[in-house]
Amino acid sequence: MGIESSYGQIVRLPKRVSAPPVASTQPEGPVALTDVLPAQPFDPAATGFILASLPDNDSPVLWIQDHMSGRENGHLYVASLRGFGVNRAILQVQVSHPRDVLWAMEEGAACAGISAVVGEIHGAPPVLDFTATKRLAMRAEVSGVAVFLIRSADPGGLSAARERWRIGTRPSQPHPHDSKAPSLPQWDVELFRARGRSPGRWVAHYDPAAQRATDRFRLVSHAFDRALGQSDQPVSHRSGG
Amino acid sequence: MLSIERWVRVISQYRTVPGADVPVVLSRSGPHGPVIHCAGPTAQARGILAGARVVDVQAIHPDLHVEAAEIDGDEALLQRLVHWSRRWCPWSVQDDDDGLLLDVTGATHLFGGEVAMLRDISQRFAMQGLTARVALAPTRGAAQAFARFGPFNTIATKDDLALRLAPLPVTALRLDDQTARLLHRLGLKTVGALADVPRVALMRRFANMPTDRNPLILLDRAMGKTTEPLNAPPDPLQFIARSRLAEPVLDPVPHLKGLAEKLCQDLAEAEKGARQLQLTIYRIDGEWRRVRIATARASRDAAHIVRLFDGKLDSIDPGFGFDLLTLEASQVEPVSRVQERLDGKRDTNADVAGLLDRLTARFGQDKVVWPAWSETHKPERVEQRVPALQGTPSAAPVLTRERPIRILKPAEEVSVLYAVPEGPPSQFRWRRVVYQTARYAGPERIAPEWWLDRPGTRLRDYYKIEVRDGHRFWLYREGLVNDGRGGAPRWFLHGFFA
Repeated sequence: MGIESSYGQIVRLPKRVSAPPVASTQPEGPVALTDVLPAQPFDPAATGFILASLPDNDSPVLWIQDHMSGRENGHLYVASLRGFGVNRAILQVQVSHPRDVLWAMEEGAACAGISAVVGEIHGAPPVLDFTATKRLAMRAEVSGVAVFLIRSADPGGLSAARERWRIGTRPSQPHPHDSKAPSLPQWDVELFRARGRSPGRWVAHYDPAAQRATDRFRLVSHAFDRALGQSDQPVSHRSGG
Repeated sequence: MLSIERWVRVISQYRTVPGADVPVVLSRSGPHGPVIHCAGPTAQARGILAGARVVDVQAIHPDLHVEAAEIDGDEALLQRLVHWSRRWCPWSVQDDDDGLLLDVTGATHLFGGEVAMLRDISQRFAMQGLTARVALAPTRGAAQAFARFGPFNTIATKDDLALRLAPLPVTALRLDDQTARLLHRLGLKTVGALADVPRVALMRRFANMPTDRNPLILLDRAMGKTTEPLNAPPDPLQFIARSRLAEPVLDPVPHLKGLAEKLCQDLAEAEKGARQLQLTIYRIDGEWRRVRIATARASRDAAHIVRLFDGKLDSIDPGFGFDLLTLEASQVEPVSRVQERLDGKRDTNADVAGLLDRLTARFGQDKVVWPAWSETHKPERVEQRVPALQGTPSAAPVLTRERPIRILKPAEEVSVLYAVPEGPPSQFRWRRVVYQTARYAGPERIAPEWWLDRPGTRLRDYYKIEVRDGHRFWLYREGLVNDGRGGAPRWFLHGFFA
């Protein structure tokens, strides 16, 4: 940006310092398609992360799983979700082929009556290519339905997802009454590709007992040895896809 | 006789019907054990009556062949016969649990007179394997009395009605048991005897009896002194769209849209919506093929219906072509034409119902499910699944204990190392990876459910175990050492905590 001064010279104004990225799970607009890559194939932290970041309404959630991810990573245990702080109807679809998962997700993404679509695909099949994710993302953008894709055992191929997360598990918080017992979960969440916000890496805390839905899930900065005042930049020891 | 004839008709498709010399009876459950619902011809000839207790009859006739009666099936058959019998007249109704009443006023000449019509009725029932006792009378009460108690093929006219009714027993008037017994005790055994009693005496004696049991009123109805109109149920509405083609074709897809629009127009006029639809093609070689779809809520949206058939018509085999195809709504529900919302927004429930239809049409009923709940201790049994088209989502039960977010079906066996056999594992190996226990919670003991499980099922001790790198597993030990239900306890991995 430049302005003309009275001396006829062009003076360059200093660039505006951009505000450090805010550690929030909710970006400005609705997220069209979110890729979630579990750090380990069976890692349930990815499931927990998605359940924690579902849109805050009462509409049902469409949960689609292919045969392989059901066998390798287990099935969603809907009976436990109330204890996890998620109290809404879950429509489950069991299909055999990843192609059908993508078809069902597209159908769900086009339906404004549901709040979110979650698809699980195991092992990076060839049908899950850039075009498929692009179709999903565009459908979801039109309808405003949040679409999540759990890609387990996936090295992180090309994707048109608006946000891509890699979720791992961390040791849980200390139990207030029993030092030997695990307590509230903690996850290692890394946003390695995003549109409209900076990538970063955080530790996620989840407290299902919190009163308000927005209080249950919070991200805190990763504690690393580094200079003070640095913002949450992507951590260099992992390269995102 | 209807029950036993239907039974013979059904059973002859599966196995050999008992011989003519074997007495066959159908039984239903009574207040003190099974009673005879209907007796076959051989049994009737031996004097076995409906209503007797099966054990008593078996004592007298050791060769009695007893089968269970299917009362619902008989009822359904009779309902169908009510509508089928409208081939003779526009009004027909069910009479008791084994009769049909037809109002043939002004219809007999179409079949060549009254005698010819009765013969036609008997013949057509005989073709179905059913014996019909037919009678024709000017009143409804008299007709059913002649059919049940009179001679075969009675045709009574207005003039000889009283004369023909007179020898019949009073029970022919459809009296209940108590009244019939009372009349017997009074010496009034026939309709004629009852009719001879002065009206005033009967009126005074049965003054406070309800209309449908009062002998005087029933007698008047049979004699035609009071009216007894027939309240015939309306014909079931059929929603079917047909498309006749000039010459055989192989692809039904281009005709589907027109059919659906025509059907939906009919449905809209009747304020109905389709829950189940079937498309049938009639091939030129005489065969037919059918495709069925179902919807989550009644719909008359042609575009939606066409979309549900996507991909289903590829599997339909047209053979050498077909020249007729029909789209029928086999199950309909009322859908009013009123506006559902006042704020002008879309009804999101309708969107979800449409999504359910499309998912179910593609993947099948058992693949698209809502969770349902059952009261049980076994974690894998808590969650049941109901097809989304049939069930509705229900709220999850409140669990008192923490449960894993994902569960393995079935649980996978792990090999463990433990400090004490009753304690948690210090290390376990699952899918060829060794995990070291860092923290644990438990055990939570879940005992076998003796009312469901087989004898010998072992109890489970569940542990929530956090391993060194932070993963939280749900493991259980099946059984205890020396519990007398097998060897050393085995360990299983059942689920993952978030």
